[in-house]
Amino acid sequence: MGSFHSRSEEVQELADKTGFTSDQIEHLHRRFKQLSGDQPTICRENFDNIPDLELNPIRSKIIRAFFDKRNLRQAPGGLADEINFEDFLTIMSYFRPIEMDMDEEQLDRFRKEKLKFLFHMYDSDHDGKITLQEYRKVVEELLSGNPHLEKESARSIADGAMMEAASICVGQMEPDQVYEGITFEDFLKIWQGIDIETKMHVRFLNMETIPHCH
Amino acid sequence: MASHVLACLNLWSWLVLLVTLQCPFAAAYLDLPNNNATSAYEPGSHDATGSVQDERLHVFKVDYDSVQIPYEVTLWILLASLAKIGFHLYHRLPNLMPESCLLIAVGVLVGAIIFGTDHKSPPAMTTNIYFLYLLTPIILEEGYFMPTRPFFENFFSILWWSVLGSLVNAFGIGLSLYGICQIKVFGLTDVTLLQNLLFGSMISAVDPAAALAVLEEASANEQLYMMIFGESLLNDGITVVLYDIFIAFTQMHRYEDIEAVDVLAGFARFFVVGLGGVLFGVVFGMVSAFMTRFTQNISAIEPLLVFMFSYLSYLAAETLYISGILAMTACAVTMKKYVEENVSQNSYTTIKYFMKMLSSVSETLIFVFLGVSTVGKNHEWNWAFVSFTLLFCLIWRVLSVFALFSISNKFRTYPFTVKDQLIIAYSGLRGASSFSLAFLLPISLFPRKKMFITATIVIIYFTVFIQGITIGPLVKYLDVKKTNKKESINEEIHVRLMDHLKTGVEDVCGHWSHYQLRYKFKKFDNKCLKKILTREKEPKSSIVSLYKKMEIKQAIEMAESGMISSTAIPHCANYNNGLSPEEVESMRNMLAHNLYQVRQRTLSYNRHNLTTEASERQAKEILIRHQHSLKQTMRKGNSLPLGRMVPVPQAAAAHVAKPEKYLDVCTFICMEGDFPQNSGNGEERVNSRSATRRFLKQGLGEGGAPPLGFHLEASPGYPGVGESSSAPCLSIFSYRGGLTLQAVPNSFAVSSLMLTAGSARLGGGRSRTG
Repeated sequence: MGSFHSRSEEVQELADKTGFTSDQIEHLHRRFKQLSGDQPTICRENFDNIPDLELNPIRSKIIRAFFDKRNLRQAPGGLADEINFEDFLTIMSYFRPIEMDMDEEQLDRFRKEKLKFLFHMYDSDHDGKITLQEYRKVVEELLSGNPHLEKESARSIADGAMMEAASICVGQMEPDQVYEGITFEDFLKIWQGIDIETKMHVRFLNMETIPHCH
Repeated sequence: MASHVLACLNLWSWLVLLVTLQCPFAAAYLDLPNNNATSAYEPGSHDATGSVQDERLHVFKVDYDSVQIPYEVTLWILLASLAKIGFHLYHRLPNLMPESCLLIAVGVLVGAIIFGTDHKSPPAMTTNIYFLYLLTPIILEEGYFMPTRPFFENFFSILWWSVLGSLVNAFGIGLSLYGICQIKVFGLTDVTLLQNLLFGSMISAVDPAAALAVLEEASANEQLYMMIFGESLLNDGITVVLYDIFIAFTQMHRYEDIEAVDVLAGFARFFVVGLGGVLFGVVFGMVSAFMTRFTQNISAIEPLLVFMFSYLSYLAAETLYISGILAMTACAVTMKKYVEENVSQNSYTTIKYFMKMLSSVSETLIFVFLGVSTVGKNHEWNWAFVSFTLLFCLIWRVLSVFALFSISNKFRTYPFTVKDQLIIAYSGLRGASSFSLAFLLPISLFPRKKMFITATIVIIYFTVFIQGITIGPLVKYLDVKKTNKKESINEEIHVRLMDHLKTGVEDVCGHWSHYQLRYKFKKFDNKCLKKILTREKEPKSSIVSLYKKMEIKQAIEMAESGMISSTAIPHCANYNNGLSPEEVESMRNMLAHNLYQVRQRTLSYNRHNLTTEASERQAKEILIRHQHSLKQTMRKGNSLPLGRMVPVPQAAAAHVAKPEKYLDVCTFICMEGDFPQNSGNGEERVNSRSATRRFLKQGLGEGGAPPLGFHLEASPGYPGVGESSSAPCLSIFSYRGGLTLQAVPNSFAVSSLMLTAGSARLGGGRSRTG
């Protein structure tokens, strides 16, 4: 954000849109400035400055998720080249912890949004399905931390997982049925038992140390 | 109905056995000359009194005295074991009441006999015996079987709750009781403040084993379980520390001597003792883990190392007046991770079972002592003291829970609801530790010791019987949020992805949380610790090991079925066209029928039993399912598609499968037992190799050529593999347009076994692309 002339108004607007409190927005704005080098937008190269992110096996996917237009709610597909602060906040809002005062409907919506975010991470070609190839890539990346594991192992795991997903989602398949890939509804089914609300959150105010970026 | 009758018959038969066992027991007590209750028994001194002065050689002689103590102790343990057997035979009992009730009942029975036969107080439990021998196995077992990940995730909450909870309870109860004692009417004015505080700290030691069993039964959510478990773990250590400090204060004789300096010193000592204990334990744990690195050739001493090092950590800490309990717990926790990777499968099983056995014995003995003490002349009943103690225990427990949790809830992303807090408050059952501490009070310092013992016993009875029995229905009534743990490969992958995602986002927003801490610890662990402490072996990812487990299950499954149909396609051609639609259809059907999802839940904590290994249960279930589906297909008249075989190239053509033969061979392999388990070590290689060697020898195929696709690839660093050979690759499965799977030379050992069995049912995706 360039000039904060009616700063509190803008902050309020953002707070309403994304659900963060103004304190949190202030913190995140500071961080945004650090990352972008005081520019109004961030591009992908700025993420290279975060040292800890280097070690993350799914680094490229995470960075991609920030620029994914579907997550930014701008378009059904494609990648943005750079994002501004509002987009940054939009992405961060997927990781808000649940609040106790949410009702059933809000919780459900919240959960769906988080799951959609995850789904987009898998579905890199934006076709609305997670195909075997995409799933394989994800598993390979996840297991890339272990240098001794061969690619084939990762692939076979992905294949096994796919089949398992097929059996959960479609159950017994007819002889001429083809399982194209995991759609979002199937994805929801897989995630039914798991508590994503308690796992996928980041405490935004608890910033004890902010590591340096260069 | 018949089974019910049978169960009752069994019940009667063991009751009869129980009674007959009591006879020698009672007889033993009749014979016993008067024994000093507090001193240790000296075997030699009674020779003269028992025997008759006689010059003849006696053909038949009775010398009970020299074996008396071990005899009685063994008899008690046996009695309790029989009682447990009976308890579990009658199915409805375990659901009604916790096992501790049973043990206390047995103790009361024994006590009644002792009391009835000679009006003499029972052989006492001394300080040394309790602290050195009885307490240690219980602590070790608690520490060893603790589920580490949930514990550390909730670490601060647990720490906050157990430390402060114990302190609040101890001081609260102590001070309130002191207030009551001041009231002259009750006749308690000689009980000083210190004594009251000491009593408060003793009585606040909780033993929620029963509560945990109930929660596990109701599959309550992990957080709740962990809080109660963690509390019980740390609570023992803290209570003993407080107890020691207060005894030291009491020994300073005069109340007025205690100055502020001493109180501060008390505080400081609390921390030193606690933290020192943990440090000690970690050091010992590392040392023992390091030693297990070198024990490949003498795996028989591995359990010994584990037990001796833990015990040593306890003793060493006790010498320095640091908390031995915390030391032992820390040692067990540290040691477990590395030891499990290093030791052989047999040692691992031995350690687990032996630990459970020892702790079970200890607990039994303590409860029996409790029961024995109930019936006897050790009591001094004071209505006011007892009833107010009970009241204050309950009140302070509830107060401390609600107060402390309302504060810690502010910092938790997953706060505890009122229901959860109610359950935690209600699960404050007292048990063996309170009793032991009460029993061991030095009577010189505590002239009203008997009153304390009475009060403690009443509290224990109340909590164990009444709270223990009602907590089950309460949990059901409150409908605690359940955990729905069902682990499949998908779930594992997704959760892993989420972990990394979360860390990544936290990095992006510059956040340092305890989650990062875990990540960093894991990195440090992988880089340094594992290299030093574990054997030369490659680190495994949990996704892969889970996957491997599933594969094994499915291989067993397929081998069992003896179904053989295979297809082959020339090397690496990726795809759909190779298979005729009927093949694809039949494979899909088989897959859909037989894909089995691995189920796994959080480690269930039960002091008295080891839960059956998940893998055993699954294997059994797979076998059952299999036999069932086989029977069904036979009944329906469907023959297994043996006829449909796509011509197989090259050497494998010799093999048109012999189903029975394979069935024999394969069942042989299944019964080999030691399928590669989670701890991949050298032994599993030997096993699978020997299995396959036998397999090979069994004359597969006329030409002696290895069957289709049979190869075990020594993929570098992947455990559980054997020799490699080349073979054509197999395309097993394909989904049009979506999935394609094939098999190639570089495959897992087990899957090769499966392939050899020839079945094309994939169940779990054995696919490798070249």
